[in-house]
Amino acid sequence: MTPLVEMRNISIAFGGVQAVDDVSIDLHAGEVVGLLGHNGAGKSTLIKILSGAYKADSGEILIDGKRVEINSPRDARAHNIETIHQTLALADNLPAPANLFLGRELRTMFGFLDDSRMESETRKIMARLNPNFKKVAEPVSALSGGQRQSVAIARAVYFNARILIMDEPTAALGVHETKMVADLIMELKAQGLGIFLISHDTREMMSLCDRVSVMKNGQLVGTERVEDVSEDDILSMIILGKKAPEAV
Amino acid sequence: MSTTDTEKDAGTRARRRARLTDTLEIDTRLLGMIGAFVAVLVVFNILTDGRFLTPRNIFNLTIQTVSVAIMATGMVFVIVTRHIDLSVGALLATCSAVMAMMQTAWLPQYLGLPLGHPMIPWLAILAGIIAGGLIGAFQGWLTGYMMIPAFIVTLGGLLVWRNTGWYLTTGQTIGPLDPTFQMFGGINGTLGAFWSWVVGIAGTLAALAVLWNSRRDKQRHGFMVKPIWAEVALGAIIAVAILGFIAILNAYQVPEGRLRREFEARGEVMPEGYTEAYGLPISVLLLIVVAVVMTVIARKTRLGRYIFATGGNPQAAELSGINTRLLTVKVFTIMGVLCAISALVASARLTNHSNDIGTLDELRVIAAAVIGGTALAGGIGTIYGAILGALIMQSLQSGMAMVGVDAPLQNIVVGSVLVLAVLIDIIYRHRTGKG
Ligand SMILES: Nc1ncnc2c1ncn2[C@@H]1O[C@H](COP(=O)(O)OP(=O)(O)O)[C@@H](O)[C@H]1O
Ligand SMILES: [Mg+2]
Repeated sequence: MTPLVEMRNISIAFGGVQAVDDVSIDLHAGEVVGLLGHNGAGKSTLIKILSGAYKADSGEILIDGKRVEINSPRDARAHNIETIHQTLALADNLPAPANLFLGRELRTMFGFLDDSRMESETRKIMARLNPNFKKVAEPVSALSGGQRQSVAIARAVYFNARILIMDEPTAALGVHETKMVADLIMELKAQGLGIFLISHDTREMMSLCDRVSVMKNGQLVGTERVEDVSEDDILSMIILGKKAPEAV
Repeated sequence: MSTTDTEKDAGTRARRRARLTDTLEIDTRLLGMIGAFVAVLVVFNILTDGRFLTPRNIFNLTIQTVSVAIMATGMVFVIVTRHIDLSVGALLATCSAVMAMMQTAWLPQYLGLPLGHPMIPWLAILAGIIAGGLIGAFQGWLTGYMMIPAFIVTLGGLLVWRNTGWYLTTGQTIGPLDPTFQMFGGINGTLGAFWSWVVGIAGTLAALAVLWNSRRDKQRHGFMVKPIWAEVALGAIIAVAILGFIAILNAYQVPEGRLRREFEARGEVMPEGYTEAYGLPISVLLLIVVAVVMTVIARKTRLGRYIFATGGNPQAAELSGINTRLLTVKVFTIMGVLCAISALVASARLTNHSNDIGTLDELRVIAAAVIGGTALAGGIGTIYGAILGALIMQSLQSGMAMVGVDAPLQNIVVGSVLVLAVLIDIIYRHRTGKG
């Protein structure tokens, strides 16, 4: 089966820092692939190349087996790639509907913003994702971390993503909210989305992901199916930057 | 015992008040600004034994505010996107020079249009607006694409455009300007009583229609709406404000001598007891149109949404696919066009173009926007706030002049008020946790 996404031999440098160095990863529909590694390993940079925030120095991206050019966030969206960035990409001064539809506003037939329809769509999707969400009209700066995260997630879900990138989606959340995000990931996976998930919580990753790719100093250490390895194997890959010796 | 009781009382009262403004869905900051404005008016009216709030003085106050207020609406967009424009006064001078030279020299000389030709004022205005838009776009390009901080671009612009204006006119004062052109200045172009009422009533009906439509729209989507009494109260406040304003302007009578001269110029004799009101100045109507258009842009268009989103979080805007560089060009272009419109009003009011026109306007315009609640950190600001800010500043200045405060002290007061307004705003935002 052709993978949904293939990133082949991707490299990018910032000044002298080789942030991503010849990394290849892939993702199938209905699959969750985890990216693990220390801070500064290059995980965010790698997925930002897929979401159009950065342009790779070399390497290629294939979607459904076809080579594509992703030069901007708009290009990525056109390929149904949605991203929840590590630093939440929300405009704090605007309410949830404005954020959810940012860059893709609904408009009336005269070309003006259709705020009522955007608000009502927001209420609908939030009712599904986070029933506790009530502050639809207030600036998102007034929301809790979990509520802000649900706005970011709603943005990805609403526009029918096929490929979802989640960069540390649970880092700022409490136990209850983390569970909610985990449930959502499983639900979206069941719907056939391909998901790249970045997290520091190895145990959480072992339970949510089908495969994990480990990065260190911009390089790919290796990709493993979670049932083939133990949590300790993964930890040693993260720390030592070497594949664990074949299971004895 | 009794202290706690009063405290509890005050508490409930505060809560009830909060609920009332919530029900009416009125911005409390707007209320605060209106309160400050009314306080300024009342205090000066007392200090001047009632001379401050005469129809004549209110008329003068509004026409003196127009030029700064028009530019302040554009400054809101500039500051909301985390930029600044220090060149607006200088840009106004260049646009004014272009318009003055067009009508007195270039059109007659190069296009052969005789002085007084009906097309002259309109072509001159068009040229000024194009000049303002192009210069604004250029400054926006330097800021957005060349990444030079707007502070530097427009600080340079302040010197460049002030003196470009000088070269265009070789430093001369140009005037008198075309009579049609002068109608945009204030006293020389008013609608008279009848048309002022027509505009006032049409404006009231339009405002009520907007209220009604937004209510129906909310109902259709099943959102909560205000109780009908709140809606009616709000509508009544708006109607009284608009029609009251028109009534005041219509109460200002054209002096008898001027009327008689007008009749004589037409070769007629003025009938006994004939009177005429000034009514709504065309310049004020122009400001109202600008305010409505800018408010619609801010609230109802993608451009406005992107301006506020970019001001709130530039990275988020970019990651959402917004071209923030082009947006900067657009914002400065709008600012440039508004400078040209202000140049029209300012030079028409003075009936000529002089080189120092608009001097220090950059400070007044920025102060108006900031007093009106525009946050320098970006992302927050309203068009009506900036206009109210301009009105408050002009009232302070005119009021102090009327009371006989000397010019240095006037400036000290205006400067202090600017700082104080920002302090109050910071405290307010801190308290309410907004923004
Ligand atoms: N925009 C940038 N400019 C310069 N260096 C960057 C930039 N983005 C990332 N880097 C560098 O690239 C490396 C990888 O960073 P990042 O992808 O954020 O790591 P991770 O997400 O795995 O913690 C780090 O050394 C970081 O400092
Ligand atoms: Mg990261």
